[in-house]
Amino acid sequence: MAALDGVDLQVNRGETFGIIGRSGAGKSTLIRSINALEKVDAGRVIVNGRDLGSLDQNGLNQVRRNIGMIFQHFNLLSMKTVFENVELPLKLAGQARELRAKAVWRMLDLVGLRDKAAAYPAKLSGGQKQRVGIARALVAGPSLLLSDEATSALDPETTLSILQLLKDLKATLGVTIILITHEMSVIREVCDHVAVLDHGRIIEQGAVWEVFGHPRTDLTRRLLRTVRPPLPETLQGQLQSEPIAAGRMLLRLSSADLQREPSVLALLTAADWDGTVVHAEIDSVQAHTFGTVTLSLRYRGEQQQAALCAQLQPRLADLEILGYVGG
Amino acid sequence: MSADDLQLFGGALTETAVMVGASGLPSLLLGLPLGLLLVITASGGISEHPTFSRGLGALINAFRSTPFIILLVALIPFTRFVVGTTIGTVAAIVPLTVAATPYFARIAEMSLREVDHGLIEALRALGASRWQIVREALVPEALPGLVSGFTVTIVTLIGASAMAGAVGAGGLGDLAIRYGYQRFETGIMVGVIVVLVVVVSLIQVAGDYLARRLNRRV
Repeated sequence: MAALDGVDLQVNRGETFGIIGRSGAGKSTLIRSINALEKVDAGRVIVNGRDLGSLDQNGLNQVRRNIGMIFQHFNLLSMKTVFENVELPLKLAGQARELRAKAVWRMLDLVGLRDKAAAYPAKLSGGQKQRVGIARALVAGPSLLLSDEATSALDPETTLSILQLLKDLKATLGVTIILITHEMSVIREVCDHVAVLDHGRIIEQGAVWEVFGHPRTDLTRRLLRTVRPPLPETLQGQLQSEPIAAGRMLLRLSSADLQREPSVLALLTAADWDGTVVHAEIDSVQAHTFGTVTLSLRYRGEQQQAALCAQLQPRLADLEILGYVGG
Repeated sequence: MSADDLQLFGGALTETAVMVGASGLPSLLLGLPLGLLLVITASGGISEHPTFSRGLGALINAFRSTPFIILLVALIPFTRFVVGTTIGTVAAIVPLTVAATPYFARIAEMSLREVDHGLIEALRALGASRWQIVREALVPEALPGLVSGFTVTIVTLIGASAMAGAVGAGGLGDLAIRYGYQRFETGIMVGVIVVLVVVVSLIQVAGDYLARRLNRRV
Protein backbone atom coordinates (compact mmCIF):
# COMPACT_ATOMS: atom_id res chain seq x y z
CA MET A 1 0.00 0.00 0.00
CA ALA A 2 1.45 3.32 -1.07
CA ALA A 3 0.74 6.30 1.18
CA LEU A 4 1.13 8.59 -1.81
CA ASP A 5 0.63 7.74 -5.43
CA GLY A 6 1.18 9.78 -8.56
CA VAL A 7 1.45 13.07 -6.69
CA ASP A 8 2.65 15.77 -9.02
CA LEU A 9 2.94 19.16 -7.39
CA GLN A 10 4.74 22.31 -8.22
CA VAL A 11 5.01 25.07 -5.69
CA ASN A 12 6.25 28.41 -6.89
CA ARG A 13 8.63 30.62 -4.96
CA GLY A 14 6.88 33.10 -2.70
CA GLU A 15 3.45 31.51 -2.69
CA THR A 16 1.51 29.88 0.09
CA PHE A 17 0.47 26.44 -0.99
CA GLY A 18 -2.13 24.52 0.99
CA ILE A 19 -2.72 20.79 0.95
CA ILE A 20 -6.04 19.72 2.39
CA GLY A 21 -7.51 16.30 3.01
CA ARG A 22 -9.14 14.15 5.62
CA SER A 23 -7.09 12.27 8.20
CA GLY A 24 -5.25 9.39 6.61
CA ALA A 25 -5.23 11.00 3.17
CA GLY A 26 -1.43 11.14 3.16
CA LYS A 27 -0.99 14.85 3.90
CA SER A 28 1.57 14.28 6.61
CA THR A 29 3.59 11.87 4.49
CA LEU A 30 3.51 14.36 1.64
CA ILE A 31 4.79 17.33 3.63
CA ARG A 32 7.39 15.19 5.40
CA SER A 33 8.73 14.03 2.06
CA ILE A 34 9.55 17.64 1.17
CA ASN A 35 12.34 17.70 3.77
CA ALA A 36 13.00 13.97 3.47
CA LEU A 37 11.83 13.11 6.97
CA GLU A 38 9.98 10.55 4.91
CA LYS A 39 11.85 8.99 1.99
CA VAL A 40 10.01 8.49 -1.28
CA ASP A 41 10.21 5.03 -2.88
CA ALA A 42 9.76 6.35 -6.39
CA GLY A 43 9.74 9.77 -7.99
CA ARG A 44 11.69 12.87 -7.10
CA VAL A 45 11.42 15.71 -4.64
CA ILE A 46 13.20 18.82 -5.83
CA VAL A 47 13.72 21.74 -3.48
CA ASN A 48 15.46 24.85 -4.77
CA GLY A 49 16.70 22.86 -7.73
CA ARG A 50 18.23 20.04 -5.69
CA ASP A 51 16.95 16.49 -5.90
CA LEU A 52 16.69 15.31 -2.28
CA GLY A 53 17.07 11.65 -3.29
CA SER A 54 20.54 12.28 -4.69
CA LEU A 55 21.95 13.79 -1.48
CA ASP A 56 23.93 12.06 1.26
CA GLN A 57 23.12 12.70 4.93
CA ASN A 58 25.40 15.73 5.02
CA GLY A 59 23.94 17.28 1.90
CA LEU A 60 20.46 16.56 3.19
CA ASN A 61 21.21 18.33 6.47
CA GLN A 62 22.41 21.36 4.47
CA VAL A 63 19.15 21.44 2.51
CA ARG A 64 17.11 20.98 5.68
CA ARG A 65 18.75 24.05 7.21
CA ASN A 66 17.12 25.99 4.41
CA ILE A 67 13.67 24.55 5.17
CA GLY A 68 11.86 25.56 8.36
CA MET A 69 9.16 23.36 9.80
CA ILE A 70 6.39 23.91 12.35
CA PHE A 71 4.33 21.19 13.95
CA GLN A 72 0.87 20.53 15.36
CA HIS A 73 2.29 19.83 18.81
CA PHE A 74 4.97 22.54 18.55
CA ASN A 75 7.84 20.14 19.41
CA LEU A 76 9.73 22.66 21.51
CA LEU A 77 12.57 21.46 23.71
CA SER A 78 11.13 21.60 27.22
CA MET A 79 14.52 21.92 28.91
CA LYS A 80 15.49 24.99 26.90
CA THR A 81 14.17 28.51 27.31
CA VAL A 82 12.26 30.29 24.56
CA PHE A 83 15.48 32.07 23.61
CA GLU A 84 17.49 28.83 23.48
CA ASN A 85 14.80 27.12 21.43
CA VAL A 86 14.85 29.88 18.83
CA GLU A 87 18.65 29.96 18.91
CA LEU A 88 18.96 26.22 18.26
CA PRO A 89 18.98 26.21 14.43
CA LEU A 90 21.79 28.78 14.43
CA LYS A 91 23.72 26.80 17.00
CA LEU A 92 23.31 23.64 14.91
CA ALA A 93 24.65 25.54 11.91
CA GLY A 94 27.70 26.56 13.95
CA GLN A 95 27.07 30.31 14.01
CA ALA A 96 28.98 32.48 16.48
CA ARG A 97 27.17 33.34 19.71
CA GLU A 98 27.03 37.14 19.13
CA LEU A 99 25.55 36.72 15.67
CA ARG A 100 23.02 34.25 17.03
CA ALA A 101 21.73 36.57 19.73
CA LYS A 102 21.02 39.33 17.25
CA ALA A 103 19.01 37.07 14.96
CA VAL A 104 17.11 35.53 17.89
CA TRP A 105 16.05 38.91 19.28
CA ARG A 106 14.90 40.00 15.85
CA MET A 107 12.76 36.87 15.47
CA LEU A 108 11.36 37.21 18.99
CA ASP A 109 10.35 40.77 18.13
CA LEU A 110 8.69 39.62 14.92
CA VAL A 111 6.58 37.03 16.75
CA GLY A 112 5.97 39.35 19.71
CA LEU A 113 7.63 37.26 22.42
CA ARG A 114 10.62 39.39 23.46
CA ASP A 115 9.38 39.45 27.05
CA LYS A 116 9.14 35.64 27.18
CA ALA A 117 12.75 35.00 26.13
CA ALA A 118 13.77 33.56 29.50
CA ALA A 119 10.60 31.49 30.01
CA TYR A 120 10.41 27.73 29.50
CA PRO A 121 7.83 26.36 27.03
CA ALA A 122 5.76 24.76 29.82
CA LYS A 123 4.85 28.27 31.01
CA LEU A 124 3.47 29.36 27.63
CA SER A 125 0.01 29.11 26.10
CA GLY A 126 -0.54 27.05 22.95
CA GLY A 127 -0.50 30.13 20.75
CA GLN A 128 2.72 31.38 22.33
CA LYS A 129 4.33 27.96 21.89
CA GLN A 130 3.49 28.01 18.20
CA ARG A 131 4.95 31.50 17.94
CA VAL A 132 8.19 30.13 19.38
CA GLY A 133 7.93 27.26 16.88
CA ILE A 134 7.57 29.74 14.04
CA ALA A 135 10.47 31.86 15.30
CA ARG A 136 12.65 28.75 15.53
CA ALA A 137 11.64 27.65 12.03
CA LEU A 138 12.44 31.03 10.47
CA VAL A 139 15.43 32.30 12.48
CA ALA A 140 18.00 30.87 10.08
CA GLY A 141 16.29 32.59 7.14
CA PRO A 142 15.03 29.54 5.24
CA SER A 143 13.48 29.98 1.81
CA LEU A 144 10.72 27.47 2.57
CA LEU A 145 8.47 26.93 5.58
CA LEU A 146 6.59 23.66 6.05
CA SER A 147 3.57 23.77 8.31
CA ASP A 148 2.33 20.40 9.53
CA GLU A 149 -1.18 21.07 10.91
CA ALA A 150 0.30 24.00 12.82
CA THR A 151 -3.03 25.37 14.00
CA SER A 152 -4.90 22.12 14.58
CA ALA A 153 -4.22 22.08 18.31
CA LEU A 154 -5.25 25.71 18.78
CA ASP A 155 -8.60 27.37 19.48
CA PRO A 156 -10.25 29.32 16.62
CA GLU A 157 -9.17 32.74 17.85
CA THR A 158 -5.55 31.70 18.37
CA THR A 159 -5.64 29.96 14.99
CA LEU A 160 -6.56 33.26 13.34
CA SER A 161 -3.77 35.11 15.13
CA ILE A 162 -1.20 32.47 14.10
CA LEU A 163 -2.42 32.57 10.49
CA GLN A 164 -2.19 36.36 10.52
CA LEU A 165 1.37 36.07 11.85
CA LEU A 166 2.25 33.68 9.02
CA LYS A 167 0.86 36.14 6.49
CA ASP A 168 2.81 39.01 8.04
CA LEU A 169 6.05 37.02 8.18
CA LYS A 170 5.63 35.90 4.61
CA ALA A 171 5.35 39.55 3.60
CA THR A 172 8.34 40.56 5.74
CA LEU A 173 10.68 37.66 5.02
CA GLY A 174 9.44 36.53 1.61
CA VAL A 175 9.39 32.88 2.60
CA THR A 176 7.49 30.29 0.57
CA ILE A 177 4.99 28.36 2.68
CA ILE A 178 3.62 24.85 2.18
CA LEU A 179 1.02 23.88 4.73
CA ILE A 180 -1.18 20.90 5.33
CA THR A 181 -4.48 21.14 7.12
CA HIS A 182 -7.88 19.49 7.36
CA GLU A 183 -9.60 22.85 7.76
CA MET A 184 -10.85 24.76 4.74
CA SER A 185 -10.89 27.93 6.82
CA VAL A 186 -7.08 27.77 7.07
CA ILE A 187 -6.78 27.39 3.30
CA ARG A 188 -9.13 30.30 2.79
CA GLU A 189 -7.31 32.51 5.26
CA VAL A 190 -3.71 32.20 4.03
CA CYS A 191 -3.30 30.13 0.87
CA ASP A 192 -2.82 31.18 -2.73
CA HIS A 193 -3.04 27.68 -4.15
CA VAL A 194 -4.64 24.56 -2.82
CA ALA A 195 -4.43 20.85 -3.59
CA VAL A 196 -7.00 18.39 -2.32
CA LEU A 197 -5.50 15.06 -1.32
CA ASP A 198 -7.54 11.89 -1.01
CA HIS A 199 -6.22 8.34 -0.57
CA GLY A 200 -2.72 9.49 -1.49
CA ARG A 201 -3.78 11.15 -4.73
CA ILE A 202 -4.33 14.76 -5.64
CA ILE A 203 -7.92 14.94 -6.83
CA GLU A 204 -8.14 18.66 -7.39
CA GLN A 205 -5.84 21.65 -7.38
CA GLY A 206 -5.86 25.26 -8.37
CA ALA A 207 -6.01 28.82 -7.09
CA VAL A 208 -7.96 28.97 -3.86
CA TRP A 209 -10.63 31.24 -5.31
CA GLU A 210 -11.16 28.84 -8.22
CA VAL A 211 -11.51 25.81 -6.01
CA PHE A 212 -13.85 27.69 -3.69
CA GLY A 213 -15.87 28.99 -6.61
CA HIS A 214 -15.95 25.82 -8.71
CA PRO A 215 -15.26 22.76 -6.61
CA ARG A 216 -15.03 19.86 -9.02
CA THR A 217 -15.18 16.89 -6.68
CA ASP A 218 -17.61 15.76 -4.00
CA LEU A 219 -14.86 15.64 -1.41
CA THR A 220 -13.96 19.26 -2.04
CA ARG A 221 -17.61 20.23 -1.72
CA ARG A 222 -17.85 18.35 1.55
CA LEU A 223 -14.72 20.01 2.85
CA LEU A 224 -16.08 23.37 1.77
CA ARG A 225 -19.25 22.86 3.80
CA THR A 226 -17.29 23.73 6.92
CA VAL A 227 -16.80 27.27 5.64
CA ARG A 228 -20.28 27.55 4.14
CA PRO A 229 -23.36 27.95 6.28
CA PRO A 230 -25.12 24.62 6.78
CA LEU A 231 -28.77 24.01 5.93
CA PRO A 232 -31.28 24.80 8.66
CA GLU A 233 -31.50 21.84 10.99
CA THR A 234 -35.14 21.10 10.19
CA LEU A 235 -34.32 20.75 6.49
CA GLN A 236 -31.12 18.83 7.13
CA GLY A 237 -33.07 16.28 9.17
CA GLN A 238 -35.56 15.59 6.37
CA LEU A 239 -32.97 15.45 3.65
CA GLN A 240 -32.86 12.28 1.54
CA SER A 241 -30.23 11.39 -1.00
CA GLU A 242 -32.57 9.66 -3.48
CA PRO A 243 -35.19 11.60 -5.47
CA ILE A 244 -38.74 11.39 -4.19
CA ALA A 245 -41.67 11.05 -6.64
CA ALA A 246 -42.85 14.56 -5.91
CA GLY A 247 -41.36 16.99 -3.47
CA ARG A 248 -38.70 19.59 -3.20
CA MET A 249 -35.16 19.49 -4.47
CA LEU A 250 -32.46 21.35 -2.60
CA LEU A 251 -29.82 22.88 -4.82
CA ARG A 252 -26.74 24.89 -4.13
CA LEU A 253 -25.62 27.08 -6.97
CA SER A 254 -22.22 28.68 -6.82
CA SER A 255 -20.70 31.09 -9.20
CA ALA A 256 -17.47 32.99 -9.18
CA ASP A 257 -19.00 35.32 -11.71
CA LEU A 258 -21.50 37.48 -9.94
CA GLN A 259 -22.98 38.89 -13.11
CA ARG A 260 -24.60 35.59 -13.75
CA GLU A 261 -26.48 35.53 -10.49
CA PRO A 262 -29.44 37.63 -11.64
CA SER A 263 -29.92 35.25 -14.53
CA VAL A 264 -30.44 32.40 -12.08
CA LEU A 265 -33.24 34.26 -10.47
CA ALA A 266 -34.56 35.31 -13.87
CA LEU A 267 -34.59 31.70 -14.90
CA LEU A 268 -36.49 30.72 -11.82
CA THR A 269 -39.05 33.45 -12.09
CA ALA A 270 -39.53 32.94 -15.80
CA ALA A 271 -40.16 29.26 -15.36
CA ASP A 272 -43.32 28.20 -13.71
CA TRP A 273 -41.68 26.57 -10.71
CA ASP A 274 -42.32 27.05 -7.13
CA GLY A 275 -39.05 27.95 -5.48
CA THR A 276 -37.74 29.33 -2.22
CA VAL A 277 -34.35 30.82 -1.47
CA VAL A 278 -33.06 29.02 1.62
CA HIS A 279 -29.82 30.90 1.79
CA ALA A 280 -27.85 33.31 -0.32
CA GLU A 281 -24.49 34.92 0.23
CA ILE A 282 -21.82 36.82 -1.54
CA ASP A 283 -18.33 35.93 -0.46
CA SER A 284 -14.90 37.12 -1.33
CA VAL A 285 -11.78 34.96 -1.52
CA GLN A 286 -8.46 36.34 -2.75
CA ALA A 287 -10.32 39.40 -4.09
CA HIS A 288 -12.54 37.19 -6.22
CA THR A 289 -16.18 37.60 -5.41
CA PHE A 290 -18.52 34.71 -5.78
CA GLY A 291 -22.08 34.01 -4.85
CA THR A 292 -23.80 31.02 -3.42
CA VAL A 293 -27.55 30.47 -3.51
CA THR A 294 -29.27 27.55 -1.87
CA LEU A 295 -32.70 26.94 -3.39
CA SER A 296 -35.55 24.72 -2.49
CA LEU A 297 -37.48 23.90 -5.69
CA ARG A 298 -40.81 22.11 -5.84
CA TYR A 299 -41.20 19.62 -8.67
CA ARG A 300 -43.77 17.09 -9.76
CA GLY A 301 -42.34 13.82 -10.95
CA GLU A 302 -38.91 12.72 -12.03
CA GLN A 303 -39.24 14.13 -15.50
CA GLN A 304 -39.69 17.65 -14.33
CA GLN A 305 -36.84 17.26 -11.88
CA ALA A 306 -34.50 16.14 -14.67
CA ALA A 307 -35.63 18.96 -16.90
CA LEU A 308 -35.00 21.44 -14.13
CA CYS A 309 -31.43 20.24 -13.66
CA ALA A 310 -30.82 20.18 -17.39
CA GLN A 311 -31.89 23.79 -17.68
CA LEU A 312 -29.93 25.05 -14.71
CA GLN A 313 -26.67 23.20 -15.25
CA PRO A 314 -25.27 24.90 -18.37
CA ARG A 315 -26.18 28.32 -17.09
CA LEU A 316 -24.12 28.04 -13.98
CA ALA A 317 -20.61 27.51 -12.88
CA ASP A 318 -21.49 24.92 -10.32
CA LEU A 319 -24.61 23.12 -9.28
CA GLU A 320 -24.75 20.78 -6.34
CA ILE A 321 -27.83 18.76 -5.48
CA LEU A 322 -27.88 18.64 -1.70
CA GLY A 323 -30.82 16.25 -1.52
CA TYR A 324 -34.55 15.87 -1.65
CA VAL A 325 -37.29 16.64 0.80
CA GLY A 326 -40.83 15.29 0.67
CA GLY A 327 -44.02 17.40 0.77
CA MET B 1 28.04 3.71 72.21
CA SER B 2 31.74 3.58 72.97
CA ALA B 3 34.52 5.45 71.22
CA ASP B 4 35.64 2.14 69.69
CA ASP B 5 32.19 1.56 68.26
CA LEU B 6 32.16 5.06 66.81
CA GLN B 7 35.49 4.38 65.17
CA LEU B 8 34.11 1.13 63.76
CA PHE B 9 31.13 2.94 62.31
CA GLY B 10 33.22 5.79 60.97
CA GLY B 11 35.59 3.42 59.22
CA ALA B 12 32.81 1.29 57.79
CA LEU B 13 30.90 4.31 56.55
CA THR B 14 34.03 5.64 54.86
CA GLU B 15 34.67 2.29 53.18
CA THR B 16 31.09 2.16 51.93
CA ALA B 17 31.35 5.74 50.67
CA VAL B 18 34.59 4.96 48.83
CA MET B 19 33.18 1.80 47.26
CA VAL B 20 29.92 3.45 46.18
CA GLY B 21 31.56 6.64 44.98
CA ALA B 22 34.37 4.93 43.10
CA SER B 23 31.99 2.53 41.34
CA GLY B 24 29.10 5.00 40.93
CA LEU B 25 31.04 7.49 38.83
CA PRO B 26 32.35 4.98 36.26
CA SER B 27 28.89 3.36 36.15
CA LEU B 28 27.48 6.74 35.19
CA LEU B 29 30.16 7.42 32.61
CA LEU B 30 29.87 3.96 31.05
CA GLY B 31 26.16 3.30 31.59
CA LEU B 32 24.91 6.49 29.97
CA PRO B 33 26.66 5.86 26.62
CA LEU B 34 25.44 2.26 26.70
CA GLY B 35 21.87 3.41 27.37
CA LEU B 36 22.23 5.92 24.53
CA LEU B 37 23.53 3.22 22.20
CA LEU B 38 20.55 1.01 23.07
CA VAL B 39 18.11 3.81 22.26
CA ILE B 40 19.65 5.18 19.07
CA THR B 41 20.28 1.75 17.54
CA ALA B 42 16.82 0.37 18.41
CA SER B 43 14.41 0.19 15.47
CA GLY B 44 13.03 3.66 14.88
CA GLY B 45 16.09 5.21 16.54
CA ILE B 46 18.32 7.80 14.90
CA SER B 47 21.06 5.25 14.14
CA GLU B 48 18.88 2.23 13.55
CA HIS B 49 20.73 -1.09 13.86
CA PRO B 50 18.36 -3.63 15.41
CA THR B 51 20.89 -6.50 15.38
CA PHE B 52 23.44 -4.47 17.31
CA SER B 53 20.76 -3.22 19.68
CA ARG B 54 19.54 -6.74 20.43
CA GLY B 55 23.09 -8.04 20.91
CA LEU B 56 23.98 -5.24 23.31
CA GLY B 57 20.67 -5.73 25.12
CA ALA B 58 21.40 -9.45 25.56
CA LEU B 59 24.88 -8.73 26.92
CA ILE B 60 23.49 -6.21 29.38
CA ASN B 61 20.82 -8.67 30.46
CA ALA B 62 23.45 -11.35 31.05
CA PHE B 63 25.24 -9.12 33.56
CA ARG B 64 21.98 -7.93 35.06
CA SER B 65 20.73 -11.46 35.70
CA THR B 66 23.87 -12.61 37.50
CA PRO B 67 23.43 -12.18 41.28
CA PHE B 68 26.03 -9.78 42.63
CA ILE B 69 27.55 -12.24 45.09
CA ILE B 70 28.29 -14.58 42.16
CA LEU B 71 29.59 -11.76 39.97
CA LEU B 72 31.90 -10.81 42.81
CA VAL B 73 33.53 -14.22 42.79
CA ALA B 74 33.35 -14.87 39.07
CA LEU B 75 35.14 -11.63 38.30
CA ILE B 76 38.12 -12.34 40.55
CA PRO B 77 40.59 -12.91 37.65
CA PHE B 78 39.35 -9.77 35.91
CA THR B 79 39.61 -7.80 39.15
CA ARG B 80 43.20 -8.97 39.63
CA PHE B 81 43.98 -7.91 36.06
CA VAL B 82 42.49 -4.43 36.55
CA VAL B 83 43.57 -3.41 40.06
CA GLY B 84 46.23 -6.00 40.87
CA THR B 85 44.50 -7.36 43.97
CA THR B 86 41.42 -9.44 44.75
CA ILE B 87 40.85 -8.40 48.35
CA GLY B 88 40.01 -5.15 50.05
CA THR B 89 37.94 -2.08 49.27
CA VAL B 90 39.67 -1.41 45.96
CA ALA B 91 39.02 -4.96 44.79
CA ALA B 92 35.29 -4.55 45.44
CA ILE B 93 35.08 -1.48 43.23
CA VAL B 94 35.62 -3.50 40.04
CA PRO B 95 32.71 -5.96 40.42
CA LEU B 96 30.49 -3.16 41.79
CA THR B 97 31.15 -1.13 38.65
CA VAL B 98 30.53 -4.14 36.43
CA ALA B 99 27.20 -4.74 38.18
CA ALA B 100 26.05 -1.11 38.30
CA THR B 101 26.97 -0.17 34.73
CA PRO B 102 24.41 -2.39 32.97
CA TYR B 103 21.89 -1.54 35.69
CA PHE B 104 22.22 2.19 35.03
CA ALA B 105 22.39 1.57 31.27
CA ARG B 106 18.90 0.04 31.40
CA ILE B 107 17.55 2.84 33.57
CA ALA B 108 19.10 5.47 31.29
CA GLU B 109 17.63 3.66 28.29
CA MET B 110 14.15 3.97 29.81
CA SER B 111 14.51 7.71 30.42
CA LEU B 112 15.99 8.33 26.98
CA ARG B 113 13.33 6.30 25.24
CA GLU B 114 10.63 8.45 26.80
CA VAL B 115 11.86 11.62 25.10
CA ASP B 116 9.05 12.79 22.82
CA HIS B 117 9.72 11.54 19.32
CA GLY B 118 8.41 14.84 17.95
CA LEU B 119 11.45 16.62 19.39
CA ILE B 120 13.84 14.33 17.56
CA GLU B 121 11.77 14.86 14.43
CA ALA B 122 12.02 18.64 14.92
CA LEU B 123 15.80 18.44 15.21
CA ARG B 124 16.09 16.21 12.16
CA ALA B 125 14.00 18.77 10.27
CA LEU B 126 16.46 21.46 11.38
CA GLY B 127 19.31 19.53 9.80
CA ALA B 128 20.85 18.36 13.07
CA SER B 129 23.45 15.60 12.94
CA ARG B 130 22.99 12.50 15.11
CA TRP B 131 25.46 13.76 17.64
CA GLN B 132 23.65 17.12 17.77
CA ILE B 133 20.34 15.33 18.34
CA VAL B 134 21.90 13.42 21.24
CA ARG B 135 23.51 16.51 22.74
CA GLU B 136 20.73 19.04 22.23
CA ALA B 137 17.61 16.93 22.61
CA LEU B 138 17.97 13.37 23.87
CA VAL B 139 20.22 13.88 26.89
CA PRO B 140 18.92 17.29 28.07
CA GLU B 141 15.27 16.23 27.74
CA ALA B 142 15.93 13.00 29.64
CA LEU B 143 18.03 14.72 32.32
CA PRO B 144 15.48 14.69 35.18
CA GLY B 145 14.85 10.97 34.55
CA LEU B 146 18.58 10.30 34.33
CA VAL B 147 19.14 12.01 37.69
CA SER B 148 16.37 9.98 39.31
CA GLY B 149 17.76 6.83 37.70
CA PHE B 150 21.25 7.53 38.94
CA THR B 151 19.90 8.06 42.46
CA VAL B 152 18.31 4.60 42.31
CA THR B 153 21.60 3.19 41.03
CA ILE B 154 23.52 4.70 43.96
CA VAL B 155 21.03 3.25 46.46
CA THR B 156 21.35 -0.15 44.77
CA LEU B 157 25.14 0.14 44.94
CA ILE B 158 24.93 0.75 48.70
CA GLY B 159 22.95 -2.48 48.99
CA ALA B 160 25.38 -4.41 46.80
CA SER B 161 28.40 -3.06 48.67
CA ALA B 162 27.17 -4.91 51.78
CA MET B 163 28.16 -8.13 50.03
CA ALA B 164 31.61 -6.84 49.30
CA GLY B 165 32.61 -7.96 52.79
CA ALA B 166 33.02 -11.37 51.13
CA VAL B 167 36.26 -10.13 49.55
CA GLY B 168 37.32 -8.28 52.71
CA ALA B 169 36.25 -4.90 51.43
CA GLY B 170 34.72 -3.80 54.71
CA GLY B 171 31.90 -1.30 54.75
CA LEU B 172 28.66 -1.05 56.68
CA GLY B 173 27.28 -4.40 55.50
CA ASP B 174 30.42 -6.18 56.56
CA LEU B 175 30.22 -4.52 59.96
CA ALA B 176 26.67 -5.72 60.47
CA ILE B 177 27.52 -9.31 59.46
CA ARG B 178 30.71 -9.67 61.49
CA TYR B 179 29.75 -7.78 64.65
CA GLY B 180 25.97 -7.74 64.60
CA TYR B 181 25.38 -11.28 63.33
CA GLN B 182 28.45 -13.41 64.05
CA ARG B 183 29.25 -11.79 67.42
CA PHE B 184 25.61 -11.30 68.46
CA GLU B 185 26.10 -7.57 69.03
CA THR B 186 22.53 -6.52 68.34
CA GLY B 187 23.37 -2.90 69.09
CA ILE B 188 25.81 -2.79 66.15
CA MET B 189 23.24 -4.46 63.88
CA VAL B 190 20.57 -1.91 64.80
CA GLY B 191 23.11 0.89 64.47
CA VAL B 192 24.08 -0.19 60.95
CA ILE B 193 20.45 -0.37 59.91
CA VAL B 194 19.78 3.10 61.29
CA VAL B 195 22.84 4.55 59.54
CA LEU B 196 21.85 2.89 56.24
CA VAL B 197 18.28 4.17 56.48
CA VAL B 198 19.54 7.70 57.15
CA VAL B 199 22.16 7.62 54.36
CA VAL B 200 19.78 6.14 51.79
CA SER B 201 17.05 8.64 52.73
CA LEU B 202 19.45 11.55 52.39
CA ILE B 203 20.60 10.38 48.97
CA GLN B 204 17.03 9.83 47.82
CA VAL B 205 15.90 13.24 49.06
CA ALA B 206 18.88 14.94 47.41
CA GLY B 207 18.28 13.06 44.13
CA ASP B 208 14.57 13.88 44.10
CA TYR B 209 15.29 17.53 44.82
CA LEU B 210 17.82 17.76 42.00
CA ALA B 211 15.53 15.99 39.54
CA ARG B 212 12.69 18.34 40.46
CA ARG B 213 14.88 21.41 40.13
CA LEU B 214 16.04 20.29 36.70
CA ASN B 215 12.56 19.53 35.40
CA ARG B 216 11.23 22.40 33.28
CA ARG B 217 8.17 20.52 32.15
CA VAL B 218 5.94 21.86 34.93
